[in-house]
Amino acid sequence: MTALVEVTDLAKTFEVSAPWLNRVLEGRPRQFVRAVDGVSFSIQPGRTLALVGESGCGKSTVARLLVGLYDPSRGKVQFGGQDTATIQGAELRTLRRRMQMIFQDPFASLNPRWRVQDIIAEPLLEHGLVASDEVMKDKVGELLRSVGLAAADREKFPHQFSGGQRQRISIARALATQPEFLVCDEPTSALDVSVQAQVLNIMKDLQRERGLTYLFISHNLAVVRHVADEVGVMYLGRLVELSPKRELFSAPRHPYTRMLLDAIPDIHMTGRARTPVQGEVPNPLSPPAGCAFHPRCPHANARCSSERPQLKAIQGIQVACHAVEEGRI
Amino acid sequence: MSALKSAPLLEVRHLRVEFPTRQGTLLALDDISFEIAPGEVLGVVGESGAGKSLTGAAIIGLLEPPGRIAGGEILLEGQRIDNLPYEQMRAIRGRRIGAIFQDPLTSLNPLYTIGRQLTETIQTHLPVGAEEARQRAIRLLQETGIQAAEQRFEQYPHQFSGGMRQRVVIALALAAEPKLIVADEPTTALDVSIQAQIIALLKRLCKDHGAAVMLVTHDMGVIAETCDRVAVLYAGRVAEIGPVHEVINQPSHPYTVGLMGSIPAMDEDRPRLLQIDGAMPRLNAIPAGCAFNPRCPQVFDRCRRERPDLMPARATQAACWLVGQGHAP
Repeated sequence: MTALVEVTDLAKTFEVSAPWLNRVLEGRPRQFVRAVDGVSFSIQPGRTLALVGESGCGKSTVARLLVGLYDPSRGKVQFGGQDTATIQGAELRTLRRRMQMIFQDPFASLNPRWRVQDIIAEPLLEHGLVASDEVMKDKVGELLRSVGLAAADREKFPHQFSGGQRQRISIARALATQPEFLVCDEPTSALDVSVQAQVLNIMKDLQRERGLTYLFISHNLAVVRHVADEVGVMYLGRLVELSPKRELFSAPRHPYTRMLLDAIPDIHMTGRARTPVQGEVPNPLSPPAGCAFHPRCPHANARCSSERPQLKAIQGIQVACHAVEEGRI
Repeated sequence: MSALKSAPLLEVRHLRVEFPTRQGTLLALDDISFEIAPGEVLGVVGESGAGKSLTGAAIIGLLEPPGRIAGGEILLEGQRIDNLPYEQMRAIRGRRIGAIFQDPLTSLNPLYTIGRQLTETIQTHLPVGAEEARQRAIRLLQETGIQAAEQRFEQYPHQFSGGMRQRVVIALALAAEPKLIVADEPTTALDVSIQAQIIALLKRLCKDHGAAVMLVTHDMGVIAETCDRVAVLYAGRVAEIGPVHEVINQPSHPYTVGLMGSIPAMDEDRPRLLQIDGAMPRLNAIPAGCAFNPRCPQVFDRCRRERPDLMPARATQAACWLVGQGHAP
């Protein structure tokens, strides 16, 4: 089966330099942040790839690169076999219709002055998918029902809904153009756990009914374990491990993945003593040489601090670590 | 549980907090009662709007007007503190009750060095000279795991990372050796790997200093790992309270059962999460009887008429008529 989404050596650099005048007067250099630095993965149709990592690891940037909210600095994104950078005009509009995005904050991603009807109908109008107002009304009602809301909710404004209901409206809007691929950037992080469960259940049901493909961005490993088929772990703009969910959670290879898994409190292990890993994520403006994780890694040696490990398939799992490659851990 | 037999450090009895508004008076906390023994860690858990932060704010006397205590008592070491004049309460805050808030950046003054903020707190509450205060402050910073404490003493909050700032805030809370620490979502703003470090630190330091902790959080995992007992809040009332292991593994209140089931687990695969339909009622629309009755799968007549008080259940205390009927879930 060919992959629906294929990402090759994707990179995005942001300039964070001081203003020009300050640079000239104070002799400050230009500065760049490599938010995403050479990420490659593919997603099969109907599957869910989750990207996990801590703040600033570049996972949201990958999401935005995929849907075209950012242009990549390097590398390419292929969707259904086509290179998205070369597509233009009417074909680009079709491509936009086939992929949609759900954002983290349901309070910021819905226009507070629009009725739910207008919010959900916008993509339909934009892509010219409905012929008449009557059809539109039916279509919006049907979309609302598919996410567990009532068709009559179309007359209301976003402020009349709770956070979980708003996130359902975002999902309904994303589904309006009947996309094949949904990019979900922390869709449940702003929600309470009982509401998070409702939204995750809806997303799973929709995937089963419509054969949707998801890229799911999250920092919550328990949520990722629940929704994902494959999991990619990111650290400072790079993938450090990419493997099927079962392998990743039962036998994590990369020391960073092990650390993340060890860091999650487990509700059924009351009073368990954990050994928290020391140190924090380094400043992305000046990432460490070699493997970016080496200052915090218990297995680091001289090679780790000088040579950057590449993502390699080791026993069916892709991992970027010298220690794993050399069989030291 | 031997700690429970001694006189409680903090007693909250029938606490009511209300907000008078133009549309009527909103009852945000309704008849909340619990105790904290010396050295005990009590978790307070609940969803957004359940009143958990408000409970903490009422105890440290920092309710935002127009919020006010409308009934009940708060006793610290047997002495009522809910009706003290402002100046007397100020002397208690910091000295006998320390506070840790969610966002370490807003709880530190950006214009003063870390050292000045620490020594000021120490000298306000304890009769020590400048040099001793400095020594104490540096020792506290070292205890919280801040490297090169003497140099960092002279630095400003913006020169610290998020995790380091929260360490400083913990040092500040412990500066005057209080008997009780109210920690309101102390790790919510932090990444998982840092969260584990901070929780371990808080637990160790409070034990070393003999301080009891009221830990307010929405994260059940943190509660499971840290607390001795836990109170589950729903719509401004205590739904269930008991030893942490029992509340998690043998909950009696249907809300607690649903809350536990909706958390994605790390150690088992479930095709769907248990979900509680609906959302917590708004303060102006709390239903009669049990506040949870519209969402409860086991609701019956009495739940809609009469409000249940906490009553002894299997392993915990739960405010549920099912418990009284002897056929708890």
